[in-house]
Amino acid sequence: MNKENPRQAWMSLLAKAPTHSLEDKMTAVGPEPEFKWLRHPELGGVMVQGRAGSTGGRFNIGEMTVTRCALQLASGEVGHAVVQGRSKSKARHAALVDALMQTPRANSLKAQVLDPLMTEMATSRDARAAKAAATKVDFFTMVRGED
Amino acid sequence: MYVAVKGGERAIDNAHAWLAEERRGDTSIAELSIEQIREQLSLAVNRVMAEGSLYDPDLAALAIKQSRGDLIEAIFLIRAYRTTLPRFGSSEPVKTEDMACDRRISATFKDAPGGQVLGPTFDYTHRLLDFKLAAESDPQADAETAKPRREPIPHIMEFLNTEGLIQTEIACEDTPPDLTREPMELPSNRALRLQSLARGDEGFVLGMAYSTQRGYARNHAFVGELRIGAVPVEMEIPELGFAIEIGEMTLTECETVNQFQGSKTEPPQFTRGYGLVFGQSERKAISVALVDRALRWKELGESDSGAAAQDEEFVLSHCDNIQATGFLEHIKLPHYVDFQSELELVRKLRREAAETYPMQEAAE
Repeated sequence: MNKENPRQAWMSLLAKAPTHSLEDKMTAVGPEPEFKWLRHPELGGVMVQGRAGSTGGRFNIGEMTVTRCALQLASGEVGHAVVQGRSKSKARHAALVDALMQTPRANSLKAQVLDPLMTEMATSRDARAAKAAATKVDFFTMVRGED
Repeated sequence: MYVAVKGGERAIDNAHAWLAEERRGDTSIAELSIEQIREQLSLAVNRVMAEGSLYDPDLAALAIKQSRGDLIEAIFLIRAYRTTLPRFGSSEPVKTEDMACDRRISATFKDAPGGQVLGPTFDYTHRLLDFKLAAESDPQADAETAKPRREPIPHIMEFLNTEGLIQTEIACEDTPPDLTREPMELPSNRALRLQSLARGDEGFVLGMAYSTQRGYARNHAFVGELRIGAVPVEMEIPELGFAIEIGEMTLTECETVNQFQGSKTEPPQFTRGYGLVFGQSERKAISVALVDRALRWKELGESDSGAAAQDEEFVLSHCDNIQATGFLEHIKLPHYVDFQSELELVRKLRREAAETYPMQEAAE
């Protein structure tokens, strides 16, 4: 997606991050800061749309599970999360990162959580792309012995 | 006559306890984990997600475990769970042109830009049982790799479109109808049909699609493009005033190129069928595209040949396997009172018949 807004970019990254990966990185960051819930983690569904013929009218394909929450740090910053799946802890971690990225701790959060997550996810995407690339067909034309 | 309507609780409890034991099978054999089902029976998981109409591989794997591998029962469990979820909203339409393709093939253009990428396919296998898989030791099969390609892979249909050789899909931002929210009304429209077919029974949709190939509704189809891969799902977050990606999912997309005669107002051009389905589900996606095309006969000014695949009432009312199995299986549940009345009636009719034609009955 177009990531003009850095907050869009990190929220998108967090939503797609593997739950255990995000959890590990948050544990390494240290104790959670104090916060209060604005919206407790809540499980729900989002209807996913497609387009007829990929470019035409919208239609509904089916739903996906998501978990969302919102919280406020003691210092006032508000963090939101809407993440894929049904993990409330993933939503909490994502909202904490979102809030902390608006504080002076942003740089260290980026270095300890966001950048490594991005690298990991790019590595696994590339690993799949590499296997796909190996299955690309190279056609060759048989010499048919005609003049 | 009053027929007992209570009772059977103990029998039911005991039946369910036995079901649980049978589900587990021989306890000397290791129990299946959800992760094992998700990772090693992933195409079953994909089917349950597609027809359960909920993208969540772990839940689909759990449903398969709980249903002892009865996929329609698993789909039923997912559908039931889905109804408990509050709806947070709708995503932006997924951009399949940005798909990270595991597979991308075209049956119409050998040298399609972006190439023919086979991906992890059963095609070209010999369909011989592989007894190596039955051996206890698990041979680590490593896939070959090549330099990963990052450039976008354009849709093949766009090349036909620029020449005007294929009917254009006109973008439309209308909110699509949602059959999970409002009962289906007929005549429907393409958006509703595509939703209904995407969650329709694979076997039923396959059968309908096959019927079009055998001549019931003529629309000879080529697979213009089939692609499978991951796409991000974007949604507007009202509290924030911008859209974010809320996740990523694997989809299978099939676009068919079909014959078209042209009309008084339009020069001859190809027409399209379209299928977009959760997960790696290419048989289903191709089937959806064929049936989608057959159901477009009216919009494309074709005649109704009376084929089942052209009859949206027939297709849409019967493609949902949960509706179908619900109605079908309910007839095995107690109908003692209904049957009692039928029994009384048939006895009465026989009595009357015997009084009216006493000789005939004696002759028999």
